[in-house]
Amino acid sequence: MSWYPVCPFTRLPVERAVCVLVGGEQVALVRTRGDQVYAVDNLDPVSGAMVMSRGIVGSRGDVDVLISPMHKQAYELATGRCLDLPELWLGTHDVRVVDGDVEVALREDERLLA
Amino acid sequence: MRRTLVVVGHGMVGHKVVEVAVARGLTAGWDVVVHAEEGVHAYDRVALSSWFAGASLGLAPVSHPAVELRLADPVVTVDTTARTVTSASGLVTPYDALVLATGSVPFVPPVPGATGEGRFVYRTVEDLEAIKLYAGTSRSGVVIGGGLLGLEAAQALQTLGLDTTVVEFAPRLMPVQVDAGGGEALRRLVEGLGVQVLLGASTQEITSGEDGLRLTFADGTTLDTDLVVFSAGIRPADALARAAGIEVGERGGIVVDAACATSAPDVYAVGECASALGRTWGLVAPGYAMAEVVVDRLLGGSGTFDGADLSTKLKCLGIDVASFGDAFAATPGALELVWADPVQGVYKKLVVSDDAKLLLGGILVGDASAYASLRPLVGSGLTMNPADLIAPAGGAVQLELPDDAQVCTCNAVTKAEICAAAEHTPEVGYVKECTKAGTSCGSCLNLVKSLVAKERAAQGLVVSNALCEHFTLSRKEMFEVIRVKGITTWSELLSSYGVGLGCDVCKPTAASILASLGNGYILDGEQGALQDTNDHMLANLQKDGSYSVVPRLPGGEVTPDQLLAIASVAKDFGLYTKITGGQRIDLFGARVEQLPLIWQRLVAAGLESGHAYGKSLRTVKSCVGSTWCRYGVQDSTSLAVALELRYRGLRAPHKIKLAVSGCARECAEARSKDVGVIATDNGWNLYVGGNGGFTPRHADLLLTDLTTEELVRYTDRFLMLYVFTGERLQRTAPWVEATGLDHIRDVIVEDSLGLCAELDAAVARHVQTYSDEWADTLADPSRLERFVHFVNAPEIPDPSIRRVVERGQHRPLLPLEVVRS
Repeated sequence: MSWYPVCPFTRLPVERAVCVLVGGEQVALVRTRGDQVYAVDNLDPVSGAMVMSRGIVGSRGDVDVLISPMHKQAYELATGRCLDLPELWLGTHDVRVVDGDVEVALREDERLLA
Repeated sequence: MRRTLVVVGHGMVGHKVVEVAVARGLTAGWDVVVHAEEGVHAYDRVALSSWFAGASLGLAPVSHPAVELRLADPVVTVDTTARTVTSASGLVTPYDALVLATGSVPFVPPVPGATGEGRFVYRTVEDLEAIKLYAGTSRSGVVIGGGLLGLEAAQALQTLGLDTTVVEFAPRLMPVQVDAGGGEALRRLVEGLGVQVLLGASTQEITSGEDGLRLTFADGTTLDTDLVVFSAGIRPADALARAAGIEVGERGGIVVDAACATSAPDVYAVGECASALGRTWGLVAPGYAMAEVVVDRLLGGSGTFDGADLSTKLKCLGIDVASFGDAFAATPGALELVWADPVQGVYKKLVVSDDAKLLLGGILVGDASAYASLRPLVGSGLTMNPADLIAPAGGAVQLELPDDAQVCTCNAVTKAEICAAAEHTPEVGYVKECTKAGTSCGSCLNLVKSLVAKERAAQGLVVSNALCEHFTLSRKEMFEVIRVKGITTWSELLSSYGVGLGCDVCKPTAASILASLGNGYILDGEQGALQDTNDHMLANLQKDGSYSVVPRLPGGEVTPDQLLAIASVAKDFGLYTKITGGQRIDLFGARVEQLPLIWQRLVAAGLESGHAYGKSLRTVKSCVGSTWCRYGVQDSTSLAVALELRYRGLRAPHKIKLAVSGCARECAEARSKDVGVIATDNGWNLYVGGNGGFTPRHADLLLTDLTTEELVRYTDRFLMLYVFTGERLQRTAPWVEATGLDHIRDVIVEDSLGLCAELDAAVARHVQTYSDEWADTLADPSRLERFVHFVNAPEIPDPSIRRVVERGQHRPLLPLEVVRS
């Protein structure tokens, strides 16, 4: 697994997402209210547009979610599962913060097929 | 030299021609000669059946020296070359203009035995006299034809003391006017009066026997009777015109144009003998309208016959029947609301548009008292529940959408499917997920929510107006809390009143309320994270992830230099450019990193944000007004500009649209707006609560003849009261309905709640603190940080945004687009 450094942690706005380019892939980085960081696909599975990083971050029940800005489906950040349209998934990636820098490791592709 | 108008026919419409000719002064230059077939003065044929009861049917005769009435002397030939008519008595009359008003003849089905002793038609007083004479020695009678005239004839036979049967070929009575349900109610009522009804009966033969007549039907059954009256429809009496070589229609009737002119010069046709707009008109009102047109034309006018409302209300056999508008719900998507009381013999049906906001037509049987109030509502918006219009007064009758009514048209979800899902789990989220209703354009969501709420109520669950799972407050309550407690941050609001971390519902709502209460730049600090993507980027997200940009053009005014600036921006950034319905220019296809560059150029040209992205004031549309327009009575454009500058940027529960029209012609379409202003000779009329979109509604008149100062004051208070108390995504139209127009007037004019000072202060603060969000963003480099696609590669634009050219402009190419299902 290769880790790509992408940006300083401070570049992530609280409770919002940004988009980063990782090895040619578009990845949405989410920083929650509790400073948890998630990395998911920037591709909105419903619209096909690269917009997930412009969604609203929040919670549904106990889980952290990212909500598509296009048609408002909520995705569980930890798993990528769509809570509104269960057949859809948002790809997830590994992410960590090392010495104030955010690093992303792209997922293995089979997770797309889960 | 005096000219001669010859009128052929002295029925109701022919008589009308003469009446109008005298009334409008045509007789000053014309002599009018009328040839009548019948030997009596014109009478009210519509009321024919009451003749048996002794009523006088005669119409008010026209007595004028220029009018000559020739009774019992029908015209037998018309010579359109010599321009003469010849009557049965041999009179030849030259004409300068000829009006054919020959009416119609009863249709007698071509069955064996249709003519002979004891067989009658029902058309003239002469027919009635013959029936009356024959009935004197009869016990029973049959009317063939269960339409309007047939029931009239049945009434006549009953009045004559005959045991009466109506035989109708169609499966119901009055098949042209009423539907199956109405026909059934009518049948019960008619039978209740002692008239037998045979439906679906096709008469094959009529034979004479010793004991009178025998009707044999297609199924072999028979019916014995003493006399038969045919009332199976009418045919236009166009034989005279045919013989004269005047054009007649395929299905009969003298073909006329909009001026009621036939194919022969100076020959007109009116009433039931005419085929206008491709059809004949078997009612008296269209005939009268044609009579008016012909006289107008003879006077040099340009009147036209443009068709007529075929609504009918009548009483036959003492039974009310009315049919109006689109009575058979032929309009695509039309819904039918039915109220039937078989015990009382009442059937009422309203046909409404698919959103139940527009009355399209209806059928009333047994009780047509609502006809007078309903008929004028056809085609206009319904401000009340249409069910209340036909349900009995004080009754708790709930009328509903039929189960197969399509609630979500995007995903073809019916009411039944939504209710089934709601029955399983009465949660809006579950119903959306399960049925897909409301997941596309979202315009039906309110309807879905109300269906779910109804199911919740049915299951004994609390009907909640809570915003979402994070707040038990409604938007209105959240506004109160923030206003009264002076809350200025999301954290404070969430920790005091919420649970969890918020969502796409409560966060933008809170952001909007904070902005309404004057919290400064909407994207600083915590507030930025609350915003939906449009407010977040100060632009409108499009389907491919690009944005559209709309500069404000107050009142729709734009200078040539501004147009040039807009054009050069569009050209340099390759933006698709389109004129909006709100009199401004929309520039599509800007990538996030281009937004500040675009704003810079627009701001430099004196333009500012149009807030197309916000739940806030959009535009104040206007006509050009008295400055230029020949008809304008007030300067609508100046007022529109002033209002737009006053309310620009005002955040509200939903978007707000205004319009100002400079005269009653209403070119700005103000009555379809949240606030509509229409100029009067004395000032301005203020309308509120209009809407286009999913549920169109005409705005209600709130106040009249206001000065400009008064207009601004009451508009201020109306808008701020809406901002204070509207629910999330509730446009002013439903808000006005829920709040009540009179209550709103009390609050903002009479100050019944003592709220006016606060409303005025809130507007004043808004006006003073308004600042252009684009310029504010450009002025602070830290605010520009968000306008990149890749934070780790700001120089690279989103490679997924691709364009193709169509009609000389760019449009998105979306290879990954999937069909939402």
